[in-house]
Amino acid sequence: MGKIKLPVKTPRIDMTPMVDLFFLLLTFFMLTTTFRPQEAVQVDTPKSISETTTPERHIITILISKDNKVYYNVDQGIDTSEHIRGKVLQAMGSQYKIRFTPEEIKKFEGMASFGMPITQVKAWIDAPDQSAREKMQVGIPIDSTDNQLTMWIRWARSYNSNLEVAVKGDAGADYKVVKKVMDILQDNNVNKFNLTTTLEKVTVKMDKNL
Amino acid sequence: MAEIIQDEGAGKKKGKRRAKKHSTHIDMTPMVDLACLLLTFFMLTTAFSKPKVMEIILPEKNNVPKNQPEVAGWRVLNIILTDNDKVLWYNGKIDPKKPLPVLTETDFSKDGIRKVLLQRNKALFERIDSLNTGVTEGKIELPRDSVSAEIKRMKKEDKVGPIVLIKADENVKYGDFVDIIDEMAICNIARYSIVDLNSYEKKMIADYKAGKSGTAPATK
Repeated sequence: MGKIKLPVKTPRIDMTPMVDLFFLLLTFFMLTTTFRPQEAVQVDTPKSISETTTPERHIITILISKDNKVYYNVDQGIDTSEHIRGKVLQAMGSQYKIRFTPEEIKKFEGMASFGMPITQVKAWIDAPDQSAREKMQVGIPIDSTDNQLTMWIRWARSYNSNLEVAVKGDAGADYKVVKKVMDILQDNNVNKFNLTTTLEKVTVKMDKNL
Repeated sequence: MAEIIQDEGAGKKKGKRRAKKHSTHIDMTPMVDLACLLLTFFMLTTAFSKPKVMEIILPEKNNVPKNQPEVAGWRVLNIILTDNDKVLWYNGKIDPKKPLPVLTETDFSKDGIRKVLLQRNKALFERIDSLNTGVTEGKIELPRDSVSAEIKRMKKEDKVGPIVLIKADENVKYGDFVDIIDEMAICNIARYSIVDLNSYEKKMIADYKAGKSGTAPATK
């Protein structure tokens, strides 16, 4: 009788605006993303008030871990367009009489920072997994008798003379080691250092009583 | 939701195809799922805060100019970094004929080495500070580039501020080294340099650690 039967409708939500928004955000993030380069070791950088950002291109990164191991990285991320990473390895290999196959060089180009004597690099590249690789990271020799860091820097700079150096040291690393690394760099005519730090704002007002 | 129904039977019977009005609804759920997943992935992996760098330029090692200007002794402030995040400082140059200067111990706190530096660098710091506040409050109109150029000029013209010599003892952590360079930036120190300890200073530190704080006369 006077009963009105409402037609049963499946509730439909218009998702178009949501999808629009999603795609907008997605596009934004995809375009702005620069992937965090995977480091061989966790480095807790000291804080400073400096607001200069790290140069993205033409940079050699030297990592100094808390246990004073030295790691080296060149030509990674955006820089890979330069394609000097493989050449550097090849040059190092020929100097230390180690032959790297083209496959190994190709693989090496895609890998991150490393810290081991050149004799171990081959094993590091061919290692089956990440945990095996981590065990090999014993630091690049920087003693005056076997200064491989110098050679790495020299070869890299011989292929790209615009390379700058960023020293990313752990706040707990010994200054002696950092000083040693800086001395090595100065011996290679690198006099401008970029010390990687984390930003920490400090405001200082002059004390009237002083 | 994806209903693209092909009404074949009806079409055959009547021989005449009746275009049925269908709202072209495409099921967007899988697409949205994927977009959402990618969005989350990119949001989480994006590194927004790029690491900062502190630039230091050291003088060339092998190419030292012959006629280096003599530094006025009264301007020199020596800072020696030492173990356990402590800082020792003394004024002036060491004269071997006179008793060794007395080391004062301080640290990286607000009233530590910063106070010493500010006290010594008062004139320059206040000038740069007033310039900075003037610019931020809009009283002084200068483009950003010329502000830093102006600060550079002020630093260059400064004739009374300290010349800080930073030295590091054994067993100093790298963090302390960065901290002290950072203090230089905070206090707007115009001139500072990183040097090695000399033998007198090594003796002073040893004496200080032994608890007699540099009172022993210098021995040649």
